[in-house]
Amino acid sequence: MLGRLKQMLIKEFIQVLRDKRTRFILIGPPIIQMLVFGYAATFEIHNVSTVVLDQDHSQESRDLVSRFTSSPYFNVERQLTDSRQIRDLIDRGGATVGIEIDAGFAQKLRKSETAPVQVIVDATNSNTAFIASAYITQIALGFAQGYQTDRINRIAPQMAGQMPSVSLEQRPWYNPNLSSRWFFVPGVIGSLTTILVITLTSFAVVREREIGTLEQIMVTPIRPVEFILGKTLPFFLIGLFDVSLIALVGTLWFQVPFRGHIYVLFTGAVLFLICMLGVGLLISTVSSTQQQAMVTAFFFIMPAITFSGFGFPIATMPQWLQYFTYLSPLRYFLVVLRGTYLKGVGMEILWPQMAAMAGLGLSLLTIAILRFHKALD
Amino acid sequence: MSLTRLLAVAKKEVLHILRDSRSLSIVIIMPVTLMLLFGYGVNLDLKGLPVYVYDQDGSQQSQDLLKRFQSNEYFHIVRVVDRYSSLTRALDDGDAKMGIVIPWNFSQRLSEGGPVEVQALVDATDDNTANVLIGYAQGVMQGYSSGIEIDWLRKHGQSIQPASVSVQTRTWYNENLDSSAFIIPGVLALVMSVIGAFLTSLTIAREWERGSMEQLISTPVTAMEIMLGKLMPYFVIGMFDVAVCAWIAIGWFHVPFRGSFLTLAGSSALFMVVVLALGFFVSVIAKSQLAASQIALLITFLPAFLLSGFLFAIEQMPVALQWITRIFPARYYVSLLKQIFLKGSPAAMLTADLLPLTAFALLLALVATRSFHKRLE
Repeated sequence: MLGRLKQMLIKEFIQVLRDKRTRFILIGPPIIQMLVFGYAATFEIHNVSTVVLDQDHSQESRDLVSRFTSSPYFNVERQLTDSRQIRDLIDRGGATVGIEIDAGFAQKLRKSETAPVQVIVDATNSNTAFIASAYITQIALGFAQGYQTDRINRIAPQMAGQMPSVSLEQRPWYNPNLSSRWFFVPGVIGSLTTILVITLTSFAVVREREIGTLEQIMVTPIRPVEFILGKTLPFFLIGLFDVSLIALVGTLWFQVPFRGHIYVLFTGAVLFLICMLGVGLLISTVSSTQQQAMVTAFFFIMPAITFSGFGFPIATMPQWLQYFTYLSPLRYFLVVLRGTYLKGVGMEILWPQMAAMAGLGLSLLTIAILRFHKALD
Repeated sequence: MSLTRLLAVAKKEVLHILRDSRSLSIVIIMPVTLMLLFGYGVNLDLKGLPVYVYDQDGSQQSQDLLKRFQSNEYFHIVRVVDRYSSLTRALDDGDAKMGIVIPWNFSQRLSEGGPVEVQALVDATDDNTANVLIGYAQGVMQGYSSGIEIDWLRKHGQSIQPASVSVQTRTWYNENLDSSAFIIPGVLALVMSVIGAFLTSLTIAREWERGSMEQLISTPVTAMEIMLGKLMPYFVIGMFDVAVCAWIAIGWFHVPFRGSFLTLAGSSALFMVVVLALGFFVSVIAKSQLAASQIALLITFLPAFLLSGFLFAIEQMPVALQWITRIFPARYYVSLLKQIFLKGSPAAMLTADLLPLTAFALLLALVATRSFHKRLE
């Protein structure tokens, strides 16, 4: 059996590595996609283009504006003179945030009335708008508090030192600089492996069927188990190779810290690859042409990635949809990836994910093999 | 060019599509699936995030503070723990996104006067969620602190009204900061990339792979007729899918539609020409279906997903990457879609995007034709 399996493996590797284009597919797209993701995928906001209309011209209003000018989140590009300009600029996409301070702002503050600040945000990108609004409110609150402290210092300087106050000491764990890249890069390892392994596996089998070489192989003494092993082992190894390759790019190029144990990551990767091979084989049993395989793979890959928590928190999905996410092996692998990369946790925390992947992987593979036998008969 | 021959090629392609039930299904089910996937699965509106509390003080004051957190829609206090390690474990496990630690001398320090710090441990693996959490926690804390300060001053015979600034934010074009309104219009670009480039490149690569393209070429049909005849059905399908998607977006997800259907149809037709030409070109240069599908994904789907402003704001990317986004037509189409749906911009305002898209359509049509001619020689 080993001899036949070895021959089959040699054949598969030759088939995959012979073609220049296929060789490129194994290395090129993963690295390109990793780089693009690493640079493009960000929910952070910096230097949002902002315009200001200060109709109060007071010390107070200038103080408030300077808080925006010095904030890294906003880039105050222009001081306007007419409120129609704000509408026009935002309509044309020339600015994302418009801040308008009406005349009487300082007077209201002095009289302890609520001083309004009008803000207009272009919310075509609701995420940018949401975070920008939160920062604007934060800046305005900070200004109000500073103003109040100043006033207390003026009126009752002797009391200022004794006055109680509460502040929040924030400690963002695992990702102290709140970098989007640290969030996305480990995830990309999972999503790219999903795409690559599923497509390669399903294509490899279906291609033989489409050109008719599958029958030729079946008339040789090879047994179905050997055939399946021979078909999947190369892609398992290629998958491991690509995981390592992308992980290296993430660590060396993007400098994402790796705080856990390599063996935990690779245990997760092995279990995850078993799931992906199962899916790939399963797709190959229901497809007779490469095009069908591609289409079916696409229908699996898109939801698997969307529902994995790769870019969008699972917690915000509707409840019924959250149950679906348990079916996506990637969901578990992402927890392992982020757990080992950022959190530095080990098996004591990650064992439920490993168990889930092992369970899913074995069932997928069993179904695939059973179906495969049937397809051959 | 003869219309009869052109239509004959088109008819042959239509039969191909109709005969293969799975290709047919991708045409109808894929847009619907993608719309539902992104409509339900992608939600960046974070609310009710799980929070653990470790209240070392257990006083009336600390309870008051916690109540403020509880009444905020962004926090959901899941559990009150009595050990620091339970808190860190919950963060490691992912059961809590934030842990609030109130120090044992909280109320004592408040009555003595002077500053007190409350700790917020935040799981920042997902920087976006962490940002939102920290922003709102700071807001809650400032509100609480300012109340304490005023009370204290009043007790000491100083009646000072709080200085307050109210930020009146208007979020234009997407008043409720609905992430589906932000994301769904862009899904059209994804759908068309898949239909136009991915499916087309596969079907045509299949003809090359099987050798039936040579048979077609040996007939009196000219190169131009083959190309147009093959692409025409996909153009019709693509436009049909645009209509389906727009209908789902407006009728099902209630995304506002403020522009005109005419501009939507016009810009979609332009983008369709772009992706069809790209798909055709890819199929000519890539010899196998596997290579064609991978390249098509890499140059159409991936840019439409990552580099178009569909999900990630282009202004927030590194400057070099912002330039790169300009060479991918999806950027202009996504921008058009968002303006047509949400802003209702008139055609005159859209020229900044319409012009480059037109240029791309012409250029790519030319490149595709040339490469096809060359391949035939």
